[in-house]
Amino acid sequence: MLATKAIADDLAGAAPIKGRSLWADARARFFRNKAAVAGLFVLVCVAAFALFGPLIATWNYEDIDWTVLGNVAEAGRPSLENGHWFGTDALGRDLFARTAQGTQVSLMVGIVGALISVIVGTFYGAVAGYFGGRIDGVMMRVVDVLMSIPYMFVLILLLVVFGRSMLMLFIGIGLVSWLDMARIARGQTLTLRNKEFVEAAVATGVGPFTIIRRHIVPNLLGVVIVYATLLVPSMIIYESFISFLGLGVQEPLTSWGALINDGAAEMNNGTLWMLLVPLFFFVITLFGFFFVGDGLRDALDPKDR
Amino acid sequence: MSAPLLDVDNVSVTFNVTRQGAWPWTPPGKLQAVKDATIALEPGKTLGLVGESGSGKSTLARAIVGTVHASAGRVLWRGEDLRAMSPARQRAHGRHVQMIFQDPLAALNPRMTVGQVVAEPLTTHYPDLSKSEVRERVGKMMERVGLLPALVNRYPHEFSGGQCQRIGIARALITEPELVVCDEPVSALDVSVQAQVVNLLQDLQRERGLSLLFIAHDLSVVRHISHKIAVMYLGRIVESAAAADLIANPRHPYTRALIASVPIPSPKAERARHRPVLEGELPSPLAPPSGCVFRTRCPIVRPACAERVPPVEHVGPDHVVACPYHGQDAEAQSSTA
Repeated sequence: MLATKAIADDLAGAAPIKGRSLWADARARFFRNKAAVAGLFVLVCVAAFALFGPLIATWNYEDIDWTVLGNVAEAGRPSLENGHWFGTDALGRDLFARTAQGTQVSLMVGIVGALISVIVGTFYGAVAGYFGGRIDGVMMRVVDVLMSIPYMFVLILLLVVFGRSMLMLFIGIGLVSWLDMARIARGQTLTLRNKEFVEAAVATGVGPFTIIRRHIVPNLLGVVIVYATLLVPSMIIYESFISFLGLGVQEPLTSWGALINDGAAEMNNGTLWMLLVPLFFFVITLFGFFFVGDGLRDALDPKDR
Repeated sequence: MSAPLLDVDNVSVTFNVTRQGAWPWTPPGKLQAVKDATIALEPGKTLGLVGESGSGKSTLARAIVGTVHASAGRVLWRGEDLRAMSPARQRAHGRHVQMIFQDPLAALNPRMTVGQVVAEPLTTHYPDLSKSEVRERVGKMMERVGLLPALVNRYPHEFSGGQCQRIGIARALITEPELVVCDEPVSALDVSVQAQVVNLLQDLQRERGLSLLFIAHDLSVVRHISHKIAVMYLGRIVESAAAADLIANPRHPYTRALIASVPIPSPKAERARHRPVLEGELPSPLAPPSGCVFRTRCPIVRPACAERVPPVEHVGPDHVVACPYHGQDAEAQSSTA
C-alpha cells in the first residue's frame, strides 16, 4: 500500500496513461484483415471517382455530342481522342460524366438509407428494448405491421402519387430501411438491459434516456455498424431496381440502375460498354461494402476477444 | 439501540413467470423470490445476509436499492417509504444508497473509461460540479481504493478482477453514500484478493461511518465483517442475530447446517467434527412447500411443520428464529454429539 502511494505520488504530476479502448482494438484488427482493407480501398476509389470525376471529365453529363449522335456504335466507342473515355450513351452523352454523376446518386441513396436506418432504427429499437413490457409490445407490433406491407408497392405508389423526385426516393427508402435495424437493436438491447453495469446506472439514479444514450447505444454500435455497411449495398440495389423500372431519378440525372437499364436496352446494337461500365462500378462497390462489412464484423465481434 | 437507517418491513417480491410455450392469455406463474422479509440496519453497522444460491438474497438487495419493486411491505429509509417516492425522488435517493456487484467486470461498461465509470454517480447527482473538480475527486477516490489515479483513461478490460472490484467500490463511494449494498462482492475473486477487498470495505466503513449490507453465500467471510447476520432460505429470513451470537448458538436447523458446512482450516479438527450435511436441493420457488419451507430438508422435521408457517420467535436480545422446535433440537443435537 505504501509503495502504491509512492508510485501514485510520482505519477500524480505525469500525464494520465492513455488506455486502449475496444474501438482501438477493433480498428487494429480491421486493418490486419487484408480483404477488408482492399474493400475499403475500392470504396475510397469509387467515392473519389464520384466526387472528382465530374471535375476532370471533358464533357458535361447532360450535353449531347452531336458529332457522335446517329453513329454511336462506331464514333461513340470509348476512346481517349475525343474525350469520351467510357464512350457515350445512346443519345451521345459522355458516359464517363454520366457514370460519375450516377455514382453520386447511388452512393447518396445508399448512405442516406443506411444513416436513416442507423439513427431511427437504433434509437427506436433501444427504446423499445429498454423499456420493455407494453411499450415494447406496441412499438414492435408497429414495426411488424410496417414490415408486412410490400415496400416496393408503397414506394412505387409514393413516386407515382407525389411525382418522381430525389426527396420522394429518400423518404420512401427511409420509411423501410429502419425496420430491420430496429429489430436488431431491440434484440441486442434486451440482453444489454440485464447487464450489471446497466443495473448499476439504474441504482445510481441515472435517467432512462441517459442510460440508453450512455450505456446501451455505445454497446449496440458494433452490431449496428456491421449491419449498416451491409445495408448500404441493399439500398443501392433497391434504388437500382426502382430506376430500372423507370421510376427512380429523373433525366438528365441518372443513377447506376438507370444507366444499367439504358445499357441493357442497347445490348443488341453492339454498344456493350453502355452496360459494362456502370455494371463494373456497381459490382465492385457492392463487393467493397460486403468485404468491409465482413471485416468489421470480425473486428467487432466480442466472441473473438 | 439507535434509530435504524434502513427498515425493511415485511417485504415480499413476486415475479411473474410465463412458462415456455404457454398461451398469451394463460395467467403467469408467481415466483416468490422474497416473502415477508424484515430486517433493520443501523448507521455505521454491517448486516450480513447469507443463504445458498436462489434463496432471494440478491432480490432483497435489489428491492432495497430500488431496481426491483417490492410487491408487498415497505422499505423505509430514515422513516420514508421508498415505494411512495416519485421516480425523480427515487433517482435522487440513489445518492445515499449505492451498490457493489458480484461480477466486477460485468458491472463496468466496457465502452467507458474507468474515470468516466467512477465519475458517473457524481455527475448524475451533482451536475454543477466543474470538470476539474470531478477529475480531482475521481483521482482521490481512485487513490483511496488503491488504484493509481493515472489509470483513469484505461478501459475496464485492461484490469484484473480485484482491480475491477476496487473500481466498483470507488464508483459506489464517490457520492459519499450512507448505505452500500454489497451483492456478493468477493465471491468472484481469489481468496487473497477477497481479503484485500473485505479489508478495504472495513477500512472505508470505519473512516466514513458507512452502513453495509453484505451479501454472501460464504459464512466465514460474512462472520468476519458483520455486526449482525440474517440467514435466508427460499425467500424467507429464518434466523437473525448478532454475528457472534448466531455463530455461537445457532437455533434454526438450517443455520446449523450452514455453520457446519464452513470448513475448519485444520484437518484434525475437521475430521473429528460431527457434520450434519443437508440432503436434497432447494425446492422450486414457483411451488414452495406448504408450512415451513425448510421442512423438505430439515433433519428434525415433524408432521406439524407442513401445516403452518412457523411464527417468528424472539429467543434472545436481537435474536429471532422462525422455527418452533429450535429448543428441542438443541437437546437432540447434544445427545447425538
